[in-house]
Amino acid sequence: MSTVQVEKTIDARGMACPGPLMNLIGAIRQGQVGQAFDVLSSDAGSKTDIPAWVAKAKQDLVEVREDDGFTHFVVRKAR
Amino acid sequence: MDEREKPISLVLFSGTDDKLSAAAVLVVGAAAMGRPVNVFLQYYALDAFRSGQVTADHALSSDATAAQAPVIRAHPGEHWSELLKQAKDVGEVNIQACALSMDMFHLKQTDLDPIVDGVEGVAAFMASASDGQVVFI
Repeated sequence: MSTVQVEKTIDARGMACPGPLMNLIGAIRQGQVGQAFDVLSSDAGSKTDIPAWVAKAKQDLVEVREDDGFTHFVVRKAR
Repeated sequence: MDEREKPISLVLFSGTDDKLSAAAVLVVGAAAMGRPVNVFLQYYALDAFRSGQVTADHALSSDATAAQAPVIRAHPGEHWSELLKQAKDVGEVNIQACALSMDMFHLKQTDLDPIVDGVEGVAAFMASASDGQVVFI
C-alpha cells in the first residue's frame, strides 16, 4: 500500500507512449511540492520511461504497482 | 535538470507521417529528459510543415508493407505535430527550416506552420548541434 496521500489520479490508460509520461510531467509542473500523483498506464513504455524521468527530474517514485492490465505509478513532487 | 545536457539534433528529411511520428517521439523524449533539441527541416519534411498542411495525410514510407499500413494508421498515438508542441512545452526545442530547401520549394517563413521557429543555413544548424549527436531521418 502507498504511504502517501494521492492528490490526483491521472488515468492515462489506453494512451500511447509517451502520453502517460507527458501527463505526469504536466501534473508535476502544476502541482505543489509534496503532492503525489497516481498515474494509471497500460503503455509498456511507461515502465521504463516514468522511472527514468523521475530519476532525471529528481522527483520521488513512491510506488509502482501492477493492477488488472495496467500499472500504477505513484510519484511525489519533490522539488 | 540542473546540469547542462548536450543537445541532440535531428535532421528531418522524410515527409511521410510514419517517419515524422518516429522523429517526433524522439524529440519529445529528449526534451522531457532535459536535452536541448534542434530540428532541421529539409526536403519532404519541410513540405509537411507548410501552413495548413501539417495534419493533412502525408502517407507512409515505402518501408510500410500492405499489412502494416492499416495497423500504423489505426494506432491511437498523438499526431506528430502535437508531440512536437508537447516537446516545446516541456523542454528546449528549436525547429528550423533549411534555407536551401525553402529556396528550392519557393517558400517563405510565412508559408510555414508557426511551430517552425525560423529559417537557417546548414552552418548555423551545425553550430547549434555543437558536440551533440546529429540524427538523420
